[in-house]
Amino acid sequence: MSGPLTIEDYQVEVQDRPFSALYARNARAVISRGLMATKSSNWMVMVSGFFEPVLYLISMGVGLGALVGNVFGPNGQEISYAAYIAPALLAVSAMNGAVYDSTWNVFFKMNFAKLYQGMLYTSLGPLDVAIGEIFLALLRGAMYATGFTAVMGMMGLITTPWALLMIPASVLIAFGFASFGMGITSFMKTFQQMDWINFVMLPMFLFSATFYPLSVYPEPIQWFIQALPLWHGVELLRQISIGVFTAATAIHIVYYLVMILVGMVLTTTRLRKLFLK
Amino acid sequence: MPNQTNDNYVISAHNLTKKYGDFTAVNDISFDVPAGESFGLLGPNGAGKSTTMKMIGGVSQRTSGDLTIMGLDPEEHGPEVRAHLGVVPQQDNLDEELKVRDNLLVYGRYFGLPMSYLKPKADELLEFAQLTDKAKSKVDSLSGGMKRRLTIARSLINEPKILLLDEPTTGLDPQARHILWDRLFRLKESGVTLILTTHYMDEAEQLCDRLVVVDKGQIMAEGSPSTLIREHSTREVLELRFGSERNTTVAADLQGIGERLEPLPDRVLIYTHDGEAALEQVTARGLHPITSLVRRSSLEDVFLRLTGRSLID
Repeated sequence: MSGPLTIEDYQVEVQDRPFSALYARNARAVISRGLMATKSSNWMVMVSGFFEPVLYLISMGVGLGALVGNVFGPNGQEISYAAYIAPALLAVSAMNGAVYDSTWNVFFKMNFAKLYQGMLYTSLGPLDVAIGEIFLALLRGAMYATGFTAVMGMMGLITTPWALLMIPASVLIAFGFASFGMGITSFMKTFQQMDWINFVMLPMFLFSATFYPLSVYPEPIQWFIQALPLWHGVELLRQISIGVFTAATAIHIVYYLVMILVGMVLTTTRLRKLFLK
Repeated sequence: MPNQTNDNYVISAHNLTKKYGDFTAVNDISFDVPAGESFGLLGPNGAGKSTTMKMIGGVSQRTSGDLTIMGLDPEEHGPEVRAHLGVVPQQDNLDEELKVRDNLLVYGRYFGLPMSYLKPKADELLEFAQLTDKAKSKVDSLSGGMKRRLTIARSLINEPKILLLDEPTTGLDPQARHILWDRLFRLKESGVTLILTTHYMDEAEQLCDRLVVVDKGQIMAEGSPSTLIREHSTREVLELRFGSERNTTVAADLQGIGERLEPLPDRVLIYTHDGEAALEQVTARGLHPITSLVRRSSLEDVFLRLTGRSLID
């Protein structure tokens, strides 16, 4: 410091742009922190997140698939059971990863590691933190999706180059869940409440036409399942995996775009509640 | 911008109140801090000091009242205000997933500062915190005192104009405290405004130009340490110990000695202008304490007088 501060030094430049109290346009600082932290400590968590859907694919697809034999894919052609459930498992893993990162991870870092407390005492605004954390969650999701798609390729479950589009589509799915998850976490105060999230996620995983077609259900239940986000993710990836695109594809995509939009609005309006107590 | 009438105040709080549900943590407090002052909030745990600090930093929303930091409302201009703030929270919240030096670099990035500035600055601050040889260590391998020093070093990464220190030396050994006080003194000399909470009266006496005594969310008194002692206590205090059973019973026999008598469970305090003379009076009455001590009045006595309780329970 050159010489003592004078009163002139205490003048602050004011930025008159919307959301300036919430957003300092510096989410990249949060992102680079996340990458740095991952490099040093999170490896095991990262790797286990990749293996989970792979193990499901092997046990259900290969194991159970031997009993089931071939099934009918989205456009009515016969495909192996493993090829039928693989895109669904990818959708589930995109959902799980995004929800974990945006709920439990945020909850822990906020209430126990006090990480955000430190960040928010700097020039960062809560929106910088939220954007940074969601971006990191999506980056991780994209890596898992790439790895899983590669495994599908090695198992001979990919028959068309269109299947590569499953990677960006997984990120879209993850984005929908992550933006919503953070908004929901802002309402959570205790571990017991956090458990409700699992209570919603597990049935959604099991019943969203993941392992068998929607047609097994009576009609009212079909409507209910179709209202849930995971079903749209499962169907979207299942169509992409064999390169079949219909009007339904657009509906699935629009569903997620709306979910992202609503989720971001929810998260942004709840940011003060989430971070500034 | 709502600008303060007196531009010399860098912090102005008026009727500041914070409620958590039914609980009022900060109850209608007002104070002004001019630039370059070292201002203290003295009070026991739970008095509302940390909550006040959080509101100044803009990370806690006030329930009512006005608060401006450098002329700005920290709730509306959080990022701009905090760009000039250094914060040492009560509990260290270092980034346990990062190494020591990286903690400083990453924290500096949160302020949007360039690496070309941060790298030499981080080394300088490691030196300041005597952690240079720990630069590449993991944070969780540091001792409590080292973590505290790192937290303080981190708060200086953006060369703050206002430094908020919440119980800065709690958990530090005496030597480390004195080093820290020395560093804070230098910062003060360079014109940095210090806002500090403490429940150590010696710390408040050492560091604060002016302080407020807070209890249960309210300001009980305000002034410089010496003024407060002059106004609310006598020059000297005679401390007598008669053993834990007898302290209260013997107090009746001590009536009339000194200006005021304060029987506590572990000792009896006699407030007087002349401690030695008071002690002579005690022995003249045939009372023989196990130990006796004459000392200057401190802020602890001021606090006891104002609230009827000790600072550290």
